[in-house]
Amino acid sequence: MGVLKLTKEKFRKVDLINRISGQNVYDCYQCGRCTSGCPSADEMDIVPSQTMRFLQIGEVDKVVESNTPWVCLTCLICSVRCPKGIDIAAIMEALRLVKLRTNYDFIHPNKIPEEDLEELPPIALVAAFRKMTP
Amino acid sequence: MAEKPRIGVFVCHCGLNIAGVIDVKKVAEEAKKIPGVVFSTTYVYMCSEPGQQLVIDSIKKYKLNGVVVANCSPTLHERTFRNAAARAGLNPYRVEIANIREQVAWPHEHEPEIATKKAIRIVKATVERVKNNMAYVPYEISVNKKALVIGGGIAGIQASLDIAEAGYEVYLVEKSPSIGGKMILLSETFPTLDCPQCIETPKMTDVSQNPRIHLMTYSEVESVSGYMGNFKVKVRRKARYVDVDNCLGCGACVEACPVKNIPSEVDRGLTNRRAIYISFDQAVPLVPVIDADHCIKLTYEKKVAEGKIKRRSKPGTVKICEKCQDACEPKVINFKDTDKIEEIEVGAIIVATGFDLMPMEKLPEYGGGKIPDVIDALAFERLLAPSGPTHGVPKRPSDGKIPKTVVFVSCAGSRDPAHGVAYCSRICCMYLAKQAMLYKHAVPDGMAYNFYIDIRSNGKGYEEFVQRVREQRDLIYLRGKVSKIFQRGDKVVVWGADTLTGQKIEIEADLVVLSNAMVPSEGAKELAQKLRIPQDEYGWFNGAHLKLRPLETVTAGIFIAGAAQFPKDITDTVSQASGAAAKVISMFAKPKLTKEPLIANVDTEICAGCGICKEQCAYGAITIDPKKKVSVVNEALCEGCGACAAVCPSGAMQLRNLNSKQVIRMVEVLTEDY
Amino acid sequence: MTIKIPYYPGCTLKTTAKNFEDTAKLVAGVFDYEFDELYRWNCCGAVYGLSEDNVMHKVAPVRNMLRVKEVGEKRMLVLCSMCFNTLKRANYYVRRNKDKLEVINAIMYLENTTYDGSVEVVHLLELLRDEIGFDRIKKAVKKPLRGITVAAYYGCLLLRPSEIAIDSVEQPTVMEDLVEALGGKVIDLNVKTECCGSYQTVKRKDIVADRTNFIIGEARKQGADMLITSCPLCHFNLDRRQKEAKKRHPDFKEMPILYFTQLMALAFGFEEDKLGFEPHYVDPRPLLKERGLL
Ligand code: SF4
Ligand code: SF4
Repeated sequence: MGVLKLTKEKFRKVDLINRISGQNVYDCYQCGRCTSGCPSADEMDIVPSQTMRFLQIGEVDKVVESNTPWVCLTCLICSVRCPKGIDIAAIMEALRLVKLRTNYDFIHPNKIPEEDLEELPPIALVAAFRKMTP
Repeated sequence: MAEKPRIGVFVCHCGLNIAGVIDVKKVAEEAKKIPGVVFSTTYVYMCSEPGQQLVIDSIKKYKLNGVVVANCSPTLHERTFRNAAARAGLNPYRVEIANIREQVAWPHEHEPEIATKKAIRIVKATVERVKNNMAYVPYEISVNKKALVIGGGIAGIQASLDIAEAGYEVYLVEKSPSIGGKMILLSETFPTLDCPQCIETPKMTDVSQNPRIHLMTYSEVESVSGYMGNFKVKVRRKARYVDVDNCLGCGACVEACPVKNIPSEVDRGLTNRRAIYISFDQAVPLVPVIDADHCIKLTYEKKVAEGKIKRRSKPGTVKICEKCQDACEPKVINFKDTDKIEEIEVGAIIVATGFDLMPMEKLPEYGGGKIPDVIDALAFERLLAPSGPTHGVPKRPSDGKIPKTVVFVSCAGSRDPAHGVAYCSRICCMYLAKQAMLYKHAVPDGMAYNFYIDIRSNGKGYEEFVQRVREQRDLIYLRGKVSKIFQRGDKVVVWGADTLTGQKIEIEADLVVLSNAMVPSEGAKELAQKLRIPQDEYGWFNGAHLKLRPLETVTAGIFIAGAAQFPKDITDTVSQASGAAAKVISMFAKPKLTKEPLIANVDTEICAGCGICKEQCAYGAITIDPKKKVSVVNEALCEGCGACAAVCPSGAMQLRNLNSKQVIRMVEVLTEDY
Repeated sequence: MTIKIPYYPGCTLKTTAKNFEDTAKLVAGVFDYEFDELYRWNCCGAVYGLSEDNVMHKVAPVRNMLRVKEVGEKRMLVLCSMCFNTLKRANYYVRRNKDKLEVINAIMYLENTTYDGSVEVVHLLELLRDEIGFDRIKKAVKKPLRGITVAAYYGCLLLRPSEIAIDSVEQPTVMEDLVEALGGKVIDLNVKTECCGSYQTVKRKDIVADRTNFIIGEARKQGADMLITSCPLCHFNLDRRQKEAKKRHPDFKEMPILYFTQLMALAFGFEEDKLGFEPHYVDPRPLLKERGLL
C-alpha cells in the first residue's frame, strides 16, 4: 500500500464531492452508524463510514473506483440515522455521478437478459438506469 | 458631572491580543485630543498589579475625575478598575470600560486599520459617557442567614451539610419521598467501586440528624419572591398521609396493602411496589407514603368527592380497605391529609435538581421501550446492586433468566445533533465500563460487548480504570455506534459496527443496556421560571459565566450545583456542591450585602403610570403605585438590565449612568465622520 | 356522494402492478372515492435525484404537479411507494428552494402554467387513515381476516427521509392498524423498515434474493403467514426473487406477498377473480383457501 502522501491538491476533489452531494464530508465524526445499519455493507469494498473517512483524507479516487456506490441500495437508512444529519446516500450518488458524468455505463440495457426485461417492473428498470447510466 | 471633566484614558495592549491588531499608541494619542481628556497612556497588561498602580497614580497625579480603560469585556475587569479607582479616592462609578478586545481586536483580526479606527470611536464614545457619569454608592441590604437547597440528591445533601456545618440553617426540599437522588440507586461507583450504601447513606443520616437542616421531602417549591438576602418561598408539602414525626418506619402498613402492582420508580419498573410504600430500605426519612392515585381508599374517596359515585353507607361505618391503617401500631396514618403550603424565608438558594435519562420512547431505532430486554443504564444499576431486586446478579426483565450475552450501547441519544442532543453526557463511558466489569464479576461465564464511539475517561484514576476493564477476557470493546436493535425470538439483535476493521457487526444478545442521554430533570423548566434563572437550549441551568462564575446564576443570591447545570460525575457534583455552599456561606458571613447602584430610576414628574415597563421587567422589580399612578422600582430586585428604560414611551424611566442623553451622545460620536 | 380524487398511477401500476391499481380502485369505491386519473401524466423518474448541482431529475416529478393545477385541484393521490417518494420529495424540495423552482419552471417554459409548490402529494394509506378512518373501514368488512397472521412491510420509500414520512420513521403502524381493522392478526415485524434491495434487482439478483430471504425469514420467525406491502418494486423483489432465494438458501420457505389493497378487497368480500392473484409468483390462494378465506 505504501505511504499515503497528502498534498493540498488531493483535497480539491473532495470539494467536488461536497458540491455534487450538497453535503460536507467533514461533518462526519466517524461514529460508524451508517455502516452499522447499512444493508449492503457486507457487499461493499469499503463500508460507508470508511468511505466517509477516505473522502475526508482526500482519497476520492479510491472510493470512486470501489464497488461501494454501485451496491448501495439508496435505502436512506444511513441518512436518517446519521447523528450529524449527513445524507450519506447523496454522497454515494455523488460518487456514482463522478463516474457517470464521464459517459460511463455501469449497466448496459442490451446486456439485460430478454426474460428479465419481460418480467421486471418498469420502475426497476427506470430506477436502475437513472442510478447507473449517464 | 458638575465640575470640569478631567478624564484619563488607559489603553491596554493585552499582550498581543489587542496590540497585535490595534495601533494602541495611536488610540492613546487620539484620545488625548478629545476635549476633557487630560491624560492618556498605554500599558502592556493594564489589569496587572503595575497596570492598576499606573491608573491609581495617574488619578492622583492628574486629579482625574473620570477614567476610561480601553481593554477587554467589562464582565472581566470592570470591577478591577472600579476598585482601583476607589483606592485612589475616585468614585468607582466614574470608571467605564471601552471594550476594544472582544468588540474590535478579535472580530477585526485581519483588518488592523479599520480596527484601530473603530477602537478610537469606541474610546471617544465612552469618554462622552463618562463625562455625564454620576457618583453613586452601593446599596446595603440585610441578609436572612438561612438557605434553601432544592433537590435532595448527592449535590443537595452535600451543600446542605456544608452550610449547616458553618452554623447556618438550611431548608432541604426534595420532591420524592426520600433524599438520596440517583446516586443511592447505583450499584457501585467508578473508579474506586465504593457502594453508595457505604458512602452516601451516612451523609443522608447526617442530614436527618442535623438540627440545623429542615428536611422537607415529598415537597416542591411552589413560588419564589423577593431578592438576594431576602427571598420568600412557598413550599408545597404534598399529602403523604403518614405522620412523619411519629411513624416508626416498621413497614407493617406496606405489608398489609393489597395493591401490589405499581411499577416501582426506584427500580425503574423492574419490580412492583404497593400503594403505600417506602422507596427503599435506607430511605431518609424512613417513612412510607401513600400513592393517592392507586390507593383503594383514596381513589374511592376522590370519586365520591367528585360525585362520580355515591357512598353506599354512612361515612365511617364501612371500611373501604384501610388495611394499612389497621396494621399501623402507632396509628399515624391519616387519610384526610391534604397538601399544605409552608412559607419560608431565606437569604440564598441553591438549585440542585439533577438529571433524568432520556426516555426510551425517544430512541425508536433501539426499540422505543417496546423491547423488554432493552433497558437503560439506571435499570441495570438496580440489577447489579446488592440491594436491588435481583440482589446483584442481573436477571433480565422478560423471563428472569441470567443474561449470558450483554451488549452495552454508548451514546444512546447523546452526541446526536440530528436527533436533538448534541452534547456528550460525560459519564456514560465510565459507568458502562464499570457495569461491564461488575457484570463479569456477577456472571463470570458471561460475554460482554461494549459499543463506543470515543472513550472519555478524563478524571483521576479513570483512564487506568477503563484500561483495566478493556484488558479483561470476554469483555469486548467495539468502536461503532449502534444503528438498530430488534427482537428475534427470545434474543435481542444488535446491529453495530467496528469502524477500526470496517466490519458491520450483528450480535444476538440476551440483554441490551443503553446509556440514554442525560437530560435536565422533569420540572426544571417550571422551576427556572419561578426562580427567574436562565437555562440553555436543552434546559440545563446556566451559570453567570461558564468559566469564572459557574456556580452563580445571573440572579443574585441563587446558585447551582451538580448535574442540574450539566451532566457530571459524583466527584464533580460534590465539588460543585461544596463550592456553591461556600458561596452561600461567604455571603452569610458578611454583616450586610452590597448591591450595585446602577439600576433603573423613575422621574415621577414625567411618569404617566402606563405600566409598559412593568410588563418588560424580567425580575419583577417594577410596581405601579396605585395612588400616585407612577412606576416604582424596587432597588433590591432591579438588576439594571435597562429593558424598562428602552420601552418607556415618555422617557421617565432612565438607567443610571446610561441615561438616554448619554446614549444619544455616544451614538452621535460613534457615527461622526472620521 | 362520490368524491373524485386526482390520481397519479405511474408506469408500473399500468403494467406489472395492474392488480394493485385495480384492487385499490375497488376498495376506494367502497367508500365512494373515485380515482380521477390525471390527463397526460408522465413518468416521475422512479427515483429521486440526490445531486445538488443538477435540477434536471426534478423536472419530471414537478411537471406532474402542473397536471393537478390544470384541473383546478389541490392534491394528488399516489399508490406506488416509489412514485410517492419521488413526487413528494421533489415537491418538498421546490417548496424549500424557490430559486430552484424558478429554474424548473423556466425549463418547463412550454407549459401553460407555472408551478408554485401548492399541490399536496397523498398516499392511499394516508387517505385511508386520515380521511376515511379505520372505523369506517372496520364497518365495511364483510369477511374478517380470521385465521391468518400478517406482517406489514414498509420498506424505505414511505418513511425516508423523515421530511416525507407518512408515519413514524422507525416505528410505523398505519398498515398494522389497517390489518387489525380488517379483523386480521398482525405481527410487529422487526425488520419492517429494512430495504428489499430495490433497483439492484436488475443487475444483482443475488443481493435482492438475500434481502428477500432475510426479510421473509424474520417474518416467518415471528409467525407471519403472509406479508403486505405498498410498493410494486418491493412486491416484485419479495415475491419473484423468492425463486433465487430458494436456490441460494436451501431452507428458505415461500411466503405469499400481497398489496394491502388486495387484502382489503378480500376482507370487503370481493370475489376471487377481482383480487388479482394470477400474476403472483407465490400464489396466495392455497393459503387463503386453507384458512377458509377463499
Ligand atoms: S453515521 Fe454519519 S457521522 Fe457516523 S460515520 Fe456515518 S457519516 Fe459519519
Ligand atoms: S443508502 Fe446505501 S450506503 Fe446508505 S444504508 Fe442504504 S445501502 Fe447503505
